[in-house]
Amino acid sequence: MNIKHHLDEATLMSYTAGSMSQAMALVVACHLSMCTACRERAHESEAIGGMLLDSLKPAPVGDDALAQVLACIDGLPEAEAEALDASYKDTQSCSENKSHLNIGSSVPSPLSIYIGSSLDHIEWTRIVPGVHYHDLPFKTERGGVSRLLRIAPGKAMLPHSHDGNELTLILCGSFTDEVGRFTVGDIADLDNEIQHQPLVDSNEDCICLIATDAPLKFSTLLGKIVQPMTGF
Amino acid sequence: MESKPPGEDVNNVVAMRQAEAPKVWSDRLSDLAKTKEKALYIQLFQHFAPKVKAYIIRLGLVETTAEELMQETMLAVWRKAHLYNPSKAAASTWIFTLARNQSIDWMRKQKYPEYGLESWHEEPDEENDVCEQVITSDRMAKVISQLPEDQAQVIYMSFYEGRSHSDISDRLGVPLGSVKSRIRLAAGKIKMMWSDEV
Repeated sequence: MNIKHHLDEATLMSYTAGSMSQAMALVVACHLSMCTACRERAHESEAIGGMLLDSLKPAPVGDDALAQVLACIDGLPEAEAEALDASYKDTQSCSENKSHLNIGSSVPSPLSIYIGSSLDHIEWTRIVPGVHYHDLPFKTERGGVSRLLRIAPGKAMLPHSHDGNELTLILCGSFTDEVGRFTVGDIADLDNEIQHQPLVDSNEDCICLIATDAPLKFSTLLGKIVQPMTGF
Repeated sequence: MESKPPGEDVNNVVAMRQAEAPKVWSDRLSDLAKTKEKALYIQLFQHFAPKVKAYIIRLGLVETTAEELMQETMLAVWRKAHLYNPSKAAASTWIFTLARNQSIDWMRKQKYPEYGLESWHEEPDEENDVCEQVITSDRMAKVISQLPEDQAQVIYMSFYEGRSHSDISDRLGVPLGSVKSRIRLAAGKIKMMWSDEV
């Protein structure tokens, strides 16, 4: 995969610190599943977390804490312990034998937990001709959302800017905006300094996973009218 | 009777002390994965459990919950030890990610999206051996302690208090863009040190 647009350093730090909304973290985790370079950078950020853990002043733990944990360990028969590990791997749905993308589809593993392993069976809702969306089941604390968007070739998103951050991961097709051209695996990591209008330039529909941490600000009257319908 | 100067505990938040021989702990965790030796586990528990609990308390959870999540995290250390890859991370880094995920999962009642275990599983890179990883995290402690206060603060608020960029922006009364550029600057300094090591 030839990924040209990567995560902003500040976004990556927020993810590895665990301080990112569920909706935004999903998009980051999906990009990391697709992008070796960003995974390496994520390891570097996580090392900061480890170093901070090292430097913390220890808090007293319960007198019987060790005994309790050891009792739990003893209560785990070998077979059960292995079964637990296996089920843990299942929930990650990304075992080490599989590639980062589920075979035969363009659904990154962290997303497949929510929509399954194919983009072909999604229930789409139409916003305007050529533009469909599918909401994912969580909202961010500040009114942002996470959703899939499907935009037909030649269609443009309405021009908009942001109060907060917006992450857009391309799962299928491609688009071009003021920042550049985005193809599968690329992530557009934008903040409130940027206004943009993505235009789909692929022959097939462009499907993106989008998360915002605050509602978008549309810059046209049409956008302001459409906003209550789209939820963005 | 000892008397500490006021504020001593709070003002060393940024001035990290040198990591205590992290390689020892990474070795012990690797050995635990191979041997499932209880004595090794007990050493790891005694070293990391109080730090894990301190981390969870800093995220804003009450003592009893922190105790419970600490125990869950330390149980996960035993159960998942075979997934630990010392060429990818120091023991403290790996345990940090376990504690982070346990805490977030509990707070949100949903799993924090993870990018898959295979990243901990990849074969060790030849040019990236354990020793180098450990040296790096050790040097990083020094670099972070030398960051300008405004940069160390945003790193601290991200990692210890679990605050989003928008939340940090509100609390410090600075624009979102400034929060992000402080984090980028801090990251840049850490990376620069990183590349000097290699």
